[in-house]
Amino acid sequence: MAAQDGRVTYPAVASVSDAPLTVRGVTVSYGEKPAVFSVDASFPAKAMSAIIGPNGAGKSTLLKASLGVIPRLSGEVHVFGQPIEQARDRIAYVPQRASVDWDFPTTVVDVVQMGLYRKIGLLRRLSGQMKAWALECLDRVGMADFADRQIGQLSGGQQQRVFLARALAQDADLYLLDEPFAGVDAATERAIIDVLELLKAGGKALVSVHHDLSTVREYFDHVFLINVRRIAEGPVETAFTTENLQATYGGRLAATHLDELSLARGV
Amino acid sequence: MQPFLNALLLQAGYNATLVAVGAALLGFAAGSSGAFLFLRKRALVSDAVAHATLPGVGIAFILMVSLGGEGRSLIGLLLGSAVTAWIGLLLIEWITRRTRLAEDAAIGAVLGVFFGVGIVLLTIIQSMSAGRQAGLEGFLLGSTAGMLFQDAVVIAVGGSLAVLATWLMRRPMTLVAFDSEYAAAMGYDVRRIDLLMMGLVMAVTVIGLKLVGLILIVAMLIIPAVTARFWTERSNRVIWIAGAVGGASGYLGAAFSASAPALPTGPIIVLVAAGIFVLSLLFAPVRGVLAAVIRHRRFQARVHRRQGLLSLAAQHPIREAYTLRLLRRDGLVRADGVPTQTGRAQAAKIARDERRWDVAREVHQDVGLTGRYDGLTPIEDVFTADEIADFDRRLGPPAAVGGA
Repeated sequence: MAAQDGRVTYPAVASVSDAPLTVRGVTVSYGEKPAVFSVDASFPAKAMSAIIGPNGAGKSTLLKASLGVIPRLSGEVHVFGQPIEQARDRIAYVPQRASVDWDFPTTVVDVVQMGLYRKIGLLRRLSGQMKAWALECLDRVGMADFADRQIGQLSGGQQQRVFLARALAQDADLYLLDEPFAGVDAATERAIIDVLELLKAGGKALVSVHHDLSTVREYFDHVFLINVRRIAEGPVETAFTTENLQATYGGRLAATHLDELSLARGV
Repeated sequence: MQPFLNALLLQAGYNATLVAVGAALLGFAAGSSGAFLFLRKRALVSDAVAHATLPGVGIAFILMVSLGGEGRSLIGLLLGSAVTAWIGLLLIEWITRRTRLAEDAAIGAVLGVFFGVGIVLLTIIQSMSAGRQAGLEGFLLGSTAGMLFQDAVVIAVGGSLAVLATWLMRRPMTLVAFDSEYAAAMGYDVRRIDLLMMGLVMAVTVIGLKLVGLILIVAMLIIPAVTARFWTERSNRVIWIAGAVGGASGYLGAAFSASAPALPTGPIIVLVAAGIFVLSLLFAPVRGVLAAVIRHRRFQARVHRRQGLLSLAAQHPIREAYTLRLLRRDGLVRADGVPTQTGRAQAAKIARDERRWDVAREVHQDVGLTGRYDGLTPIEDVFTADEIADFDRRLGPPAAVGGA
């Protein structure tokens, strides 16, 4: 499988398809140590995909590098068959909650409206229709009552829902989420997953960095296992296996964990 | 007082009027374009940019003199200062991006080196025959003595352009200041927006050099924005409030300094801005220190009253003096510590609410609701009257409190 330039390639994704997100040969390095090395991946349409791997395996890095939030050392990214730069308006991104300053002077509804900034450009005013749309997106995540709160007054789970509402406001075709369930309460996790299921039912593609192995089978259709390099990818039924997990996590995943996961699967 | 009123009403002479109008315009431009500097947490970059203007002033003077000019053309000097300020800005950006040095170190290095070069150039110019009357040291702390109509026009035109550009770019700059990762993911070029923001700040710095001087201009960029933050929770309002604070400081400061011959304009403007800042810090309605203290005291009183009533319900003695004082003040206990009629009634209600919460936790499925228990929130705010009636049916009849 090693190509002539030494890069490991996989025939299944070697050609650019119309898949919602295709990543080829992406390498990201902080200093001289690659955090993500020559990764190929393809995420399917009308499905929820999880990027899974241990801490420091490059899950978030892969997502951010695909989006161009952090620079890629090499590699290309295609979205629905187009170079990503030409498909920006089809992508919505939900960053990690920790990435922003929550004391920033902005209200919940202001944050949701940020999802519309690209659409309205520099000069136009926000129309009444767009304001109503922003409120509708807030309502879909159950946060309409909080529209005028300063964002710092929200709990962690509520902040995550506002980020999701901002992504909804973009009305995109591909949703990229960075650990949307990290540090949120059970009610929020349920609310978020309900919204994501609805998006999927509406034909959207979703790719999420995920760290909780116990909910992978329940929430996702497709998995991508990464530990700096690509370990495996495919439908949950065939790719989310004990062998692949062992290969991804190595000694870091205790045998008992694997047993539990197998039990959950009914094997 | 009279000279101050005259200055305030623009009756203190031609020069004073020019200075007051110029300072107000500069203050507005600096305040509003400085808002994003503050929101992006890059206030100190502007200090380095301001100090990096000095070598440009010197080089421009030397160039103009060596080309046979007089060397004092304001436009020429300001263009020169803009060039070195831009170089300083790019250097900071480059050092931060290409080396492992953090931005504060880059700021320190650029600020010191450029200012040092500037001072050396000024000293050389002092020794030139044409340089003695140049008055370039006025760019350090600002001077209003020789303010010309032309200088006011430079401030008015440059300031208006800076405010216009700030308004035009408010959405991308807000996005980058709040959540730069999201901005990048949406396809905004974060680096270019940052440079543009600093370019605006640089433009304001350059036009403010003559009036306020390069050492104090950073105060006019930052203090109004910080002040505005006390009055609003929305970033687009921060821009305009900061502009208003800056404009008012400029105008009042210029009037003050015009009313007494020995008062330097630039520093007085900064002191007026600082005065507005201190007032806001103390007295702003929500974020001010006083409001926070009052809020905290009220909250503390609520906690104590509640705990006191729970103690009454359980017939425990209340030992804390503050709690007793509160309950006495509200007529819930008598002077000797025995609960009054109202006190017993309220204690019974609160004790019953606690039991209702216990029932709610058992029977209610929605943890989002039962999770709202914090000892203080009234149960009526969380559950409907029907639900509470249901809890009561499960609880049985209410019990009396305090041996009544």
